[in-house]
Amino acid sequence: MTTQLLTLAFERPAIDWHAVAPELTLLAVGCLITLIDIIFLEKARPYTATLAGLGVLATAIPIITLAMDGVDRVLFDGAYVVDDFALFTKAIFLISGYVIILLSTNYVAEGDYWENEYYGLLLASLMGMVMMSSSRDLISIFVALELLSIPAYLMVAWRKRDARSNEAGLKYYLMGVFASAVMLYGMSLLFGVSGSTQLSEISSFLTNGNVSSVSAITLAIVFVVAGFAFKVSAAPFHTWAPDVYEGAPTPVAAFLSVASKAAGFVALLQLIYVGFHNQSAVYEPLIWILAAASMTFGNLVALKQTNIVRMMAYSGVAQTGFILAPLAVAGHAGLEDQALSAILTYLAIYAAMNLGAFAVIITLSRKTGSAEIESFNGAFRYAPAMTVSMAFFLFSLAGIPPLGGWFAKFEVFSVLASSDDVWGYALAVIAAINSVIALYYYASVARCMWADEAPENDLTPVSTTSSLVSALAICAIVTLAFGVVPQIVGRFADVTLLTLGG
Amino acid sequence: MYLNQFLLLSAALFAIGVYGVLARRNGVLVLMSIELILNAVNINLVSFAAFRDSISGEVFALFVIAVAAAEVGVGLAMILLLYRNRRNIDLTEIDLMKG
Repeated sequence: MTTQLLTLAFERPAIDWHAVAPELTLLAVGCLITLIDIIFLEKARPYTATLAGLGVLATAIPIITLAMDGVDRVLFDGAYVVDDFALFTKAIFLISGYVIILLSTNYVAEGDYWENEYYGLLLASLMGMVMMSSSRDLISIFVALELLSIPAYLMVAWRKRDARSNEAGLKYYLMGVFASAVMLYGMSLLFGVSGSTQLSEISSFLTNGNVSSVSAITLAIVFVVAGFAFKVSAAPFHTWAPDVYEGAPTPVAAFLSVASKAAGFVALLQLIYVGFHNQSAVYEPLIWILAAASMTFGNLVALKQTNIVRMMAYSGVAQTGFILAPLAVAGHAGLEDQALSAILTYLAIYAAMNLGAFAVIITLSRKTGSAEIESFNGAFRYAPAMTVSMAFFLFSLAGIPPLGGWFAKFEVFSVLASSDDVWGYALAVIAAINSVIALYYYASVARCMWADEAPENDLTPVSTTSSLVSALAICAIVTLAFGVVPQIVGRFADVTLLTLGG
Repeated sequence: MYLNQFLLLSAALFAIGVYGVLARRNGVLVLMSIELILNAVNINLVSFAAFRDSISGEVFALFVIAVAAAEVGVGLAMILLLYRNRRNIDLTEIDLMKG
């Protein structure tokens, strides 16, 4: 046996280079940045951000060619799949990644910290996300999850001489590693029950096989969903979010609240849709509780926050509840595709409006040097454009038409309303009540900025930079376009995952 | 094939690890408790793989070991950073941010 194994020549499985081109591009640019850093040292500093941004844009090219090609590509016996769902979510990750590089440019350069490593880590984390979109196997989901998380732990602790940043990094690390360990235990049970790591085979086993170990399957699904509930910061697994967002560099907080959260949702969608879709008796109640708790708890605690970054963290928890809501009825016959496209639509619009709000916070903090809501009082007197855009993004987050957030919420409600069962309707009522609560704290931030007096009547204008303004412009255009012409995002988000479920 | 004994061992390790994460105050000991959970996962994977005669469980275990090494590297670096700035790695005293 041993000799036979040794003499057996290793045969590389066929690789479709076009399908993995986005990942390879990100990897190449990440390595290039590291190399340039080693060779040119300090001289390379001013160009790294531009190079990273160009790298992310270059990654979009293979995604566009793959989308125009339109063929679903299956690699490694189905462990890695490039389909419409994967391409759409990859595009969300790359565009948010580009905006985050724009937001980071001045923040990192002026902070007297290492720059090249920052962008190297950011690209590595983005690569993990891009991999996550295609992973249809427990092993590749796990590797993608760790590839996107480990650089994120380091980025949170980036300001290494700052006690708050250390604290945030350690908290995020310990809770993140704990959550992924628990999730792995669930995955090992899932493998044990079904005998395969591939989601489509797990699904066909759960559908056809004579399943005797119901309790093991239930335990496995609960552990796996709990692990990703941490990643998307759903209550009661959200406790890390406010502290980490407050302590981390603000662009990193934006990254975690948008890209990292979207990656968690992508993994959840793949697991639930491809892996255990017919186990709706297990995951539907679980997601229902997570969604209802996140919305209610996130909103109620956001009401009493005085720090705007913490408020955005709790508002992110509440938004997570909204994004999870369609998943709570995703097992109902005939609702699968509608729920999937509602979640993807919400993710795309949420990315635009939340990044926009963070862009304004970063710009205004350049003047105020603080993230307390009070320090933004009277911003309208010295930064009218910023105040108008902040109000714009906040009202979009609250779901006021004709902004993007309104369409996202509308899609969620229409899925819940067509669920035709009491639990779906109940969740819709909870969501409706929460939309009203959310409006209060979003509007009160806007009111402080418009109506109150600036602290010490300091009316010197804020210093904007071209990268911050372009980030803001991208987010504003996308938010407005998705609200006024929702067909654009609706058309792209109209994808399916079930066909692969087997 | 004595699958049950292996699963019981792994469940016990998992429970000890979770207890350690929740109850320990020292950062390094929390890291070690997380390692216990990961080893419980590995025992699960390898015993299921032997039971099912499928190689993917062992491959998964190898991936878990490799990634866990990277994770612990980052974790120790972070605890070292904390120690440099505070001269203390007691997790209950890390409470600058609340609310």
